[in-house]
Amino acid sequence: MSNILLQIDGKEVKAREGMTILEAAKSAGISIPTLCHHEKLQPYGACRVCTVEVETGGRTRLLASCVYPVEENLVVRTRSEKVDRTRKMILEEILAHAPDSVDVQKLAEQFGADRDRFEKEPSFCILCGLCVRYCAEIKKKDAIGFVERGPRREISFIPEVASKECWDCKECFPLCPTSALQAAYVLIEALAFPKPASKKPSKRN
Amino acid sequence: MPRINSPLELEKFRKDILAKKDPDKPCIAVCTGTGCLALGAAKVVNAFKEGIKKQGLENRVNVKVDLRETGCPGFCERGPVIVIYPEEICYLQVQPGDVKEIISQTVIAKKVIDRLLFVDPTTGLKSVHESEIPFYKHQMRLLIGNNIRIDPKSIDNYLAVGGYSALAKALSQMNPEQIIELVKDSKLRGRGGAGFPAGRKWEFTRNSPGTTKYVVVNADEGDPGAFMDRALLEGNPHSVLEGLTIGAFAIGAHEGYIYVRQEYPLAVENVTIAIQKAEEYGLLGKNILGSGFDFNIKVHRGAGAFVCGEETALLRSLEGKAGEPKARPPYPAVKGLWDKPTNINNVETWANIPLIVNNGAAFLTSIGTEGSKGTKIFSLVGKVKNTGLVEVPMGITLRNIIYQVGGGIPGGKKFKAVQTGGPSGGCIPEEYLDMQVDFDELAKVGAIMGSGGMIVMDEDTCMVDVAKYFLNFLTDESCGKCTPCREGIRQMLKILTRISEGKGKEGDIELLQNLSETTRDASLCALGGSAPNPVLSTIRYFREEYEAHIKGKKCPAFVCKELISFYIDPDKCTACMICLRKCPVDAITGGKNRIHVIDQEKCTNCGTCFEVCPPRFAAVRRLSGEPVPPSIPEEARTVVRESK
Repeated sequence: MSNILLQIDGKEVKAREGMTILEAAKSAGISIPTLCHHEKLQPYGACRVCTVEVETGGRTRLLASCVYPVEENLVVRTRSEKVDRTRKMILEEILAHAPDSVDVQKLAEQFGADRDRFEKEPSFCILCGLCVRYCAEIKKKDAIGFVERGPRREISFIPEVASKECWDCKECFPLCPTSALQAAYVLIEALAFPKPASKKPSKRN
Repeated sequence: MPRINSPLELEKFRKDILAKKDPDKPCIAVCTGTGCLALGAAKVVNAFKEGIKKQGLENRVNVKVDLRETGCPGFCERGPVIVIYPEEICYLQVQPGDVKEIISQTVIAKKVIDRLLFVDPTTGLKSVHESEIPFYKHQMRLLIGNNIRIDPKSIDNYLAVGGYSALAKALSQMNPEQIIELVKDSKLRGRGGAGFPAGRKWEFTRNSPGTTKYVVVNADEGDPGAFMDRALLEGNPHSVLEGLTIGAFAIGAHEGYIYVRQEYPLAVENVTIAIQKAEEYGLLGKNILGSGFDFNIKVHRGAGAFVCGEETALLRSLEGKAGEPKARPPYPAVKGLWDKPTNINNVETWANIPLIVNNGAAFLTSIGTEGSKGTKIFSLVGKVKNTGLVEVPMGITLRNIIYQVGGGIPGGKKFKAVQTGGPSGGCIPEEYLDMQVDFDELAKVGAIMGSGGMIVMDEDTCMVDVAKYFLNFLTDESCGKCTPCREGIRQMLKILTRISEGKGKEGDIELLQNLSETTRDASLCALGGSAPNPVLSTIRYFREEYEAHIKGKKCPAFVCKELISFYIDPDKCTACMICLRKCPVDAITGGKNRIHVIDQEKCTNCGTCFEVCPPRFAAVRRLSGEPVPPSIPEEARTVVRESK
């Protein structure tokens, strides 16, 4: 693997071919905020909080640093007026769904995002896909997936699989940047194993 | 049918087909494309079949005539369309009842039936031949021109018009590098929307390491109101197969896929038949035309997601996964279908290839503008007299397309805007009607070429409503993977909805612009990247309309239901009872000799009363941004008629 030289925030950074901008920045001690990124998982590029500004051949554009591979002589700015403005808007859009997520709030503070800019539609889930991808890529169980598309997209445990696999795993729970996952699991458990009102709750947990 | 084993055999076979054809034998070509079928073309075909049989018996002569069911020639507005050869007489809006006369008068007696000809609505002049009809006269139909001449289910028909000669030439006289150079020289740009140079894309894929490569036809035409790709695949599928096969040879692929919408059953049928026939003839499969080149094509039907027209989403869908875009790079040319180098081009791009190989790069570069060469097919729809499929040279002005080809705006209405590029395209106002249509010029005014949708809008169109309509479409079609697209479109639609309901707030326009910027710049794929276009272009050119909605609570085009009301002018109402009877919600009170009054509480603003009120009375008024005058008192409602 050959070395690639690029510039991040004015700093010369030596990266290996195939690295993403995010990885290269990290290796140089430059931190870029992320929500849907996880070191153990394939880059996904969904939340776009890691958006950075990149200059190539005189053209400036925004890219998701977690998926974009490093290129020779790339000039990257992890903070700029435009980057900050974009991250602020994305965080405000996310806050409409998960206003109380601690991770999101921390970022919101950093970028001056207004928690109340958009009307709340608390779904809790911000569709980062960490649970879905962790289950598929690491556990190879596919007990949770996405259903529907666009604004109707949501995560859903697949009862047949979840009932067999999830009760003693739950490794995806701590990955969730909001509290959505636990809620979704409890909901699916309730739907998959409806409990008669008179009986005591099962001891599954 | 034995296989054709060499270019020589192909030419001999073609000569045989042509020799068997009697040039004087009449041929009735009936368009059986989707549009004409919907207008009853199948019944016309059946009537011809029966009529030919009957007339032959009655007249005791053997009526020698070919009946050909063809693809779409484009003039859908006046379907079913038929053309009678060799005279090329074009009849429009043909009904089964006309068939007997057509056979006896035109086919046998060689007379023209006047009433079935095209009549120019402005000059009153009639056109006998297809080429004389203004709709066709101002077009340049290199790709769809053959649609009416061939039966798409017959490979012999395609061969008769010179089909597969380009493939023979490419395989026997050119090497892959030469073909790629040729396509690069032709400056052909991808017709799917982005306009990337096709030759360079081919070169990337060819030069990508790996022995297994794929070529793909993107026929997932999802833009509302667009049917360019459908017409090509339905009407001339072999031209696409031929282009694809040449591309596969140049790129080094041995497998190709046609990704076509499930909603295009006729296109699927015709292209599947075409593949079978081409295989039988040795024009597909192993050792094509004895060249040693093997190539197979499979048809894959899409499951109805607009986003699958995006190439990375299309490839994932082909792999059997959910159709969600992936970040590029890596580009499909490097890592595409099953991680192998893959070249995807749109139907129309592939169909251009045989033309270029046969006629040379200069043929294409001689047509069009500096940056965009060749022709482009548009589906011209909306408020225009001649809706249909049009193929025009790049660089033609919007005015020529809309007024010369399209015949202008019907009903004496005024032109307001033309929307190009599908749901994520932009609205172009009147001041740019004289701009040249090409990839770069459209981008400059905030629209896009897209795949060729062109929707004409007249003065009765509300631009806020238009933006809302397209954003609503995109809300359904965004895959939902990335935040700026999913959430940005959702928030923009909410704002547009509240503006159209009269609940818009100061600052909403700026908020829309901010949301647009983030969605455009930070989204994962081109769907999000272009989704704000309808919003941005309508704000750019029709800002005052947004402001009227927000500040004046007024919809100037009288479209947004929450902002309009209907009122019957008591001085004009003659108590004719028409609106009263037609009102679907019984909101109109009155009676014979009693002036009609609309109960605003009950009224749903459907506009029926406005439409049915006879123009000589014109008593129903549309109001927006102003209060409805109080109803006249009961005692004043009696109509006093002047005695005669």
